[in-house]
Amino acid sequence: MNIFIPSPLRSYTQQQPKVVASGANLSALIDNLDHQFPGFRFRIVDEQDQIRTHIKIFVNREPAGSLAVPLQQKDEVLIVCALSGG
Amino acid sequence: MRVEIYIGTRKGAFILKGDAARRKWEISNPIFLGNIVHHLILDPRDGKTILMAARTGHLGPTIFRSTNRGKVWKEVTKPPAFPKAKEGEKGLVVDHVFWLTPGHRSEPAVWYAGTSPQGIFRSEDHGNTWEGVDGFNQNPQRGAWTGSGQDGTPDGPKLHSILIDPRDPNHMYIGMSSGGVFESTDKGATWEPLNRGCVAEFLPDPNAEYGHDPHCVRLHPMMPDRLYQQNHCGIYRMERPEGQWQRIGSNMPRNVGDIGFPLVLHPDDPNTVWVFPMDGTAVWPRTSPGGKPAVFRTTNAGKSWKRQNQGLPEKNSWWTVKRQAMTVDHEKNVGVYFGTTAGEVWGSRNEGESWRCLVRNLPHIYSLEAAIS
Repeated sequence: MNIFIPSPLRSYTQQQPKVVASGANLSALIDNLDHQFPGFRFRIVDEQDQIRTHIKIFVNREPAGSLAVPLQQKDEVLIVCALSGG
Repeated sequence: MRVEIYIGTRKGAFILKGDAARRKWEISNPIFLGNIVHHLILDPRDGKTILMAARTGHLGPTIFRSTNRGKVWKEVTKPPAFPKAKEGEKGLVVDHVFWLTPGHRSEPAVWYAGTSPQGIFRSEDHGNTWEGVDGFNQNPQRGAWTGSGQDGTPDGPKLHSILIDPRDPNHMYIGMSSGGVFESTDKGATWEPLNRGCVAEFLPDPNAEYGHDPHCVRLHPMMPDRLYQQNHCGIYRMERPEGQWQRIGSNMPRNVGDIGFPLVLHPDDPNTVWVFPMDGTAVWPRTSPGGKPAVFRTTNAGKSWKRQNQGLPEKNSWWTVKRQAMTVDHEKNVGVYFGTTAGEVWGSRNEGESWRCLVRNLPHIYSLEAAIS
């Protein structure tokens, strides 16, 4: 499925704004992204498996509240960096 | 021999390079512009490896590593992280890595990191992967020692000043804001508070065993049984094994006081110390008293202090020098340097007798470390 990458994370994706990854749920998808782009997961998900405060993830434009959200191959995932000060 | 100053700022890192006479200085382009860099330091054991503690406003904490003195940087494979909590329990989360310390000379691959909230992490592969020091992080007393998150600094509670005894890699000290100074003699497996004699005016019991707020603790490599600290409640010295802090800041001028963040030691003289006092009255502005910045130096282990402000602004200067933002070089006439929250680095080539601004207009400075190239 297509994953849209915000600019702060593009250093991991060779500056690609859109990448392809797979996973049965959001956690597996981010694991897959971390496998492709080492270090990616810990920058957006903390060690207690919580999405970091200033990161928002949308699945088909609906906000994903947890990493357990199930995914299907046709889904579109958008990772967004929320406002976080100056 | 040329001095380099590694500068961590709220918006990235910089390297300031001096000429042989330390008269002309050249600032690098920003390194990881936009990253919050709390600390970066060269490994004196190999003279090549630099570790940098970084995060951004959005992204979680990590460590970047260079093995060629900053020419190329790569993110480490496994940055410091607390263990995943058991189901139904609340686990700790590293907000940022605050402090980096190269390990003992006999352990050339070892590094230590201190985090916010308070945690200690150890690397045995030159900083590439990190594991928690369970004797502290998992200690049942950790919560009591560190207090709640409310007891930390506005930027979060911090573990800092990880000091390794040059005679014994198992012997370590740490400082915590808050928590106090602690000591381990078994490489972090067990810890004991070391705060006797140090006041904690903000606690119900000012002579509590722990819960203090050391801002910066230093151990002199030539006299490892002597410790100094700039505390929230004054400047102190301790001689081991006695283990009693003596308030040497009582000898500072009364109109200046002995509150501050940083404290640095003369590399060849354990009796010489520099501090940068700040205003700790009323609501704690944490700026120079009266807007008149000055360094103070003792050459007799704190019996007396001399004001050193020649060349510094004489008035209307309201910046702050943070706890990691003061350092010394190892030249014959020791160079002393400090960085300000207003993005200036000031330096002295004559042990603080006179000062010159070396660079302006950097972001808010968090840390300075000097190295020789």
